[in-house]
Amino acid sequence: MNWISNFVRPKINAIFSRKGSSETLWVKCESCNSMIFHKEFSQNLNVCPSCNYHMYMSPEDRFRSLFDDSLYSAIDYDAPEQDPLNFKDTKKYTDRIKDAQRSTGQKEAISISEGQLGGMKTIIACQDFKFMGGSMGMAVGNAILEGVKRAVKNKSPFILFAAAGGARMQESVLSLIQMPRTTVAIEMLREAKLPYIVVLTNPTTGGVTASYAMLGDVQIAEPNALICFAGPRVIEQTIRERLPEGFQRSEYLLDHGMLDKVISRKFLREELIKLIYLLKNQPPPIRGNITESDGPNGRDS
Amino acid sequence: MTIYLDFEKDLAEIQSKISDLEGLPDSSSSKNIKNEIKLLKSKTVDILSNLYADMSPWRKCQVARHPERPHTTDYINYIISEYTPLSGDRNFAEDLAIVGGLGRLGDTPVVVIGHEKGNSTESRLKRNFGMARPEGYRKAARLMKLADKFGLPIITFIDTPGAYPGKGAEERGQAEAIARSTQTCLEVSVPIISIIIGEGGSGGAIAMASANTLIMLEHSIYSVISPEGCASILWKNSDKMREAADALKLTAQHLKKIGVVDKVIKEPLGGAHRDKNKALEEVKKTLLEELIAFQKIDRQKIKKHRSDKYINMGSLSNL
Repeated sequence: MNWISNFVRPKINAIFSRKGSSETLWVKCESCNSMIFHKEFSQNLNVCPSCNYHMYMSPEDRFRSLFDDSLYSAIDYDAPEQDPLNFKDTKKYTDRIKDAQRSTGQKEAISISEGQLGGMKTIIACQDFKFMGGSMGMAVGNAILEGVKRAVKNKSPFILFAAAGGARMQESVLSLIQMPRTTVAIEMLREAKLPYIVVLTNPTTGGVTASYAMLGDVQIAEPNALICFAGPRVIEQTIRERLPEGFQRSEYLLDHGMLDKVISRKFLREELIKLIYLLKNQPPPIRGNITESDGPNGRDS
Repeated sequence: MTIYLDFEKDLAEIQSKISDLEGLPDSSSSKNIKNEIKLLKSKTVDILSNLYADMSPWRKCQVARHPERPHTTDYINYIISEYTPLSGDRNFAEDLAIVGGLGRLGDTPVVVIGHEKGNSTESRLKRNFGMARPEGYRKAARLMKLADKFGLPIITFIDTPGAYPGKGAEERGQAEAIARSTQTCLEVSVPIISIIIGEGGSGGAIAMASANTLIMLEHSIYSVISPEGCASILWKNSDKMREAADALKLTAQHLKKIGVVDKVIKEPLGGAHRDKNKALEEVKKTLLEELIAFQKIDRQKIKKHRSDKYINMGSLSNL
C-alpha cells in the first residue's frame, strides 16, 4: 500500500463501493473476457453477445424470462429437518446453509413456480447453482415432489432446469436417497401422462444427472453446458490421459445420443411452448398470446 | 492366510506366535506348548471382541473393503440353487462388474443381481473392481424387467466403490444408465430385497438398491461419496478420510437408526471374512425370511410399498 492508495482509496471506494455499482454497470464474460454493459447482458438473458457463452441465470430471472408476462407464483415446499446428521467439515453445515441463504436470498438450492407458459398452466422448477452448488439434498427432493404433486393436480406439464454439482455430501445417505425419491416423483408424472421436460444447464453433474435430470420425456441442454456423472478431473485422474476437446459438453452429449437438442437460451421459451402443446396433444396456442411478454429481462422477439 | 488390517497388528503378531508354536516338532505332545497356544487363542478372541465391538466408521470402511470378504459370487453360489447366469445389456457389451441371472431361493424362483469385485488380481481386473459401466446398469435393468414379466422376486447384492468414472462410460451415458436402473427398481411390481454386503458406493449402489427392503451386513457401509473423496473435496485433503467417515455416518448401525436401512445382519466375530460359512448362512436365513414376508403381500401393493417408503423417508419428518 502506498500513499496514493491510503489517500485516494477511501474516496474512490466511497464512489464505487455503493453495493458494487461497478458490477451492476459491467459484466465480464467468463469465456471471452469481453466487457458487457449490464443492461445489454440482462436483455440478452445473461448470454455474452460476442461469443454466445451462457452464463449463470438466477431462478427468478429464469421464471421472468419464461412465463407469460413474467407473471408467476412461487410454490412453497416443506423445509426438512435441518442438518439431521450434525455434519461438520472445516465448517458447520448449518453455517454453510446460512451463508448460502444470505448470498442468494433464497431458502434452498431450488425454486419452483407456477404460471402460464404460452397460455398453458405450467410448473417450472429451477435449481440454483449459487446455492451450495445447486446440490441435491432433502429440500430439493421435497421441492420436486411438491412441484410434481401440483402438476398432477392441475394436469400441468413439469419443466425442470437442472444445475448441480451433485448430491449434497453434508446430508450423506439422506441426499443419496433423493435419487430414488425424485425418481418416484417422475414416475407420478409418467403415470399421469404429463410432459416432463428437462433443460440441462451449466453445470449438471453427479447424482442429479444420474436421477431425475436424465429422465425427461425430452432432454434439452443449453449450449456448452458441462453435463456428466463423474467430473472431468476425476476421469483424468482415473484413466491418466487427457480428455478430448469439448468432452462432456452439451454438443458432445448430443453427438453421443444422450440429448434431444441443444438450444440457445433466447429460443428456449418458444421451444418449450411448442413442446408442451405437442406432447399434450393440443392445437398450437394463438401466436399473439405468446410473443408479447417482455419481462424485465427482455427477450428477442 | 488372513490379511490383517492396519489396526489388527497385535492380532497378526499373536497369530504368528501361534503358528510358530504349532510348527514346533513336539507341539502336539508338550502340555506347556498346548496351554500356551490355548492362551494365545483366547487372547485373540478377546482382542477381536474389543476391536470389533465399537468400531470407528473408518475402520468399518476398511473391513467392508477387506479383499477376503465374501463377495456376490460367494453368496450366490451358497444361497441360490439352480443358478443360471444371464449376460449382456443387448446394446453394447457384457459388463463383468455386475453378475446376475435366474435361480432359486429356497423353492422360489428369483432373479438375482449383484456387483462382483473379484478375488484375485486377474479377476479383479476382469470385474473392474466392481465398478460398473453403463452396460452393467442396463443389464441390471433388463434383468429386473425380466423378473417383473414373470413375477419373480428380485434379490440384489450391493458391493461397489461406485460407478466407473471412465471416458467411454461417460460417452455411453453412465448417468442415464444409473437413472434408468433406479427407475426400473421403482417401477417393477415384484418385491426387491437388497443387501449391502460390503461397500454401498453412491449412485452405483442405489441404482440397484432402491428396494422394498434394504439390509446391511454389520460391517458394511453405505454412502453418497467415499470418505477419501469427501475429504478431498470438503477438507481439501484426502488424508482426512477418518474425519470424513465420521461425518458421513455411513455405518449400518447409524443408517438403521435413521430408518434408511431396514435390517442389520450380525457378522461373525472379526468380520464376515473370518468365518465365511457362518456369514453366508446368516444372509441366507435372513433372505428367506424376507422372501416369505413378501409372498404374503398382494403384488399390486408391492410397487406402492416401495414408492411410499422413499417418499416418506427422505424428508425425515416421518422419523
